[in-house]
Amino acid sequence: MATSATLQQTKWWTGGKSPFNMEYGKLMMWYFLMSDAFTFGAFLISYGTIRFSQNFWPDPNVVFNAFPGAGHANLPLAFVSVMTFVLIISSVTMVLAVHAGHNNDKKGVVKWLIWTIIGGAAFLGCQAWEWHHLITGEHVVLADGKLDIIGQSMRGNPWGRLVPEEQVMAALQNTSHETLLQLSQMGHSSGAAAATDHSALSHDQLLKSIQVAELHVREKGPVAFGGYFFGITGFHGFHVFSGVIINIVMLLMTQKGVFERRGHYLMIEKAGLYWHFVDLVWVFVFLCFYLI
Amino acid sequence: MQHPAFEEVTFQHHTDDATFKKKVRNTTILLSIITIIELAIGLIIYTMHKGDSPNELLVLMFKGMVCILTLAKAYYIVSVFMHLGDEIRNMIMTIVVPLLLFIWFIGAFIWDGNSYKNLRNTYDKHYKESTLPAKHNGGH
Repeated sequence: MATSATLQQTKWWTGGKSPFNMEYGKLMMWYFLMSDAFTFGAFLISYGTIRFSQNFWPDPNVVFNAFPGAGHANLPLAFVSVMTFVLIISSVTMVLAVHAGHNNDKKGVVKWLIWTIIGGAAFLGCQAWEWHHLITGEHVVLADGKLDIIGQSMRGNPWGRLVPEEQVMAALQNTSHETLLQLSQMGHSSGAAAATDHSALSHDQLLKSIQVAELHVREKGPVAFGGYFFGITGFHGFHVFSGVIINIVMLLMTQKGVFERRGHYLMIEKAGLYWHFVDLVWVFVFLCFYLI
Repeated sequence: MQHPAFEEVTFQHHTDDATFKKKVRNTTILLSIITIIELAIGLIIYTMHKGDSPNELLVLMFKGMVCILTLAKAYYIVSVFMHLGDEIRNMIMTIVVPLLLFIWFIGAFIWDGNSYKNLRNTYDKHYKESTLPAKHNGGH
């Protein structure tokens, strides 16, 4: 190994050469990423602290079990695994873009950067769908002695403890007419029964039409759950978004021949470091929110 | 080989295309396999929670395994994809040593959260009864 021999003899700290054998921008990108790791780490640790301080915490498989186009099918972990693989693959295409840059292969850089951008955009699309699904979801909760239909937000979420049927029956009596109407229509969302107009029914008929066993009524979950989920995945999503923007800028600069004239593609390497970091953070977000 | 644009950079890491392609392919396969194992463990935990009385210790062990697998994934992303493994040792240390703070950070704060829960359960019985998960209530 020729390099290890040079390493032995080189006096790194005598001036004139980089002691870390690295150009300034790349070194600073590393230190930025380290500080960003602490930011994400602090967020995730704060989430962990709150989670450990609660007697009850929602089961991720109850919360994240939907898949686009699959309706109400119970598919835990399915969609998030798609998101995870999309991000891993886009990280691989970024490695290939950086390598093409090392070889001063402009076409290769352009090709792999485009794939990376597509991967990033696909991930953002998945996240948008998931957020939309959680916010607009209609779940029955028992709050203040009556039933209500809510989605997941920063103010509350429907992921609390399951409520026994007797309590649901009692709560039905206090529930508003509009909610009852919604409930009775939720129960018959499919088949011929969906066609009947429930708004014509009287209050008592509505009460009878509701199938309590199918409602899966829960209490409201810990308020912090929504805030942490939207806050941390949102902060990560913002990193993905800025990564996609950076990659688009890199793509335009490559196509304009900026790096070709400069003689090196080191900017791609720095953008690549940032992009891999985004993937790295997702690995931990995936662990903390979806797996455990 | 010196860097074309930065004369203070003494040598460049250079791998030939074949070795590089092989390394990237192997790492991709490894990351995918680890992710699939993680998902499998996630499904195991899911089926255990569906049961009437999940073995808490076993669930905790599976969760610990997922954490270890995640750290392995993080290691491969940083050392192969980000090429940190190829850098000079001193440079690696300026990144890795500060990150050791996380050992204290995670331990101390999770301990704190847990202690808060225990104190509240000890001194606020109403809180304990109104929030503790009822038995046979884990699943759907």
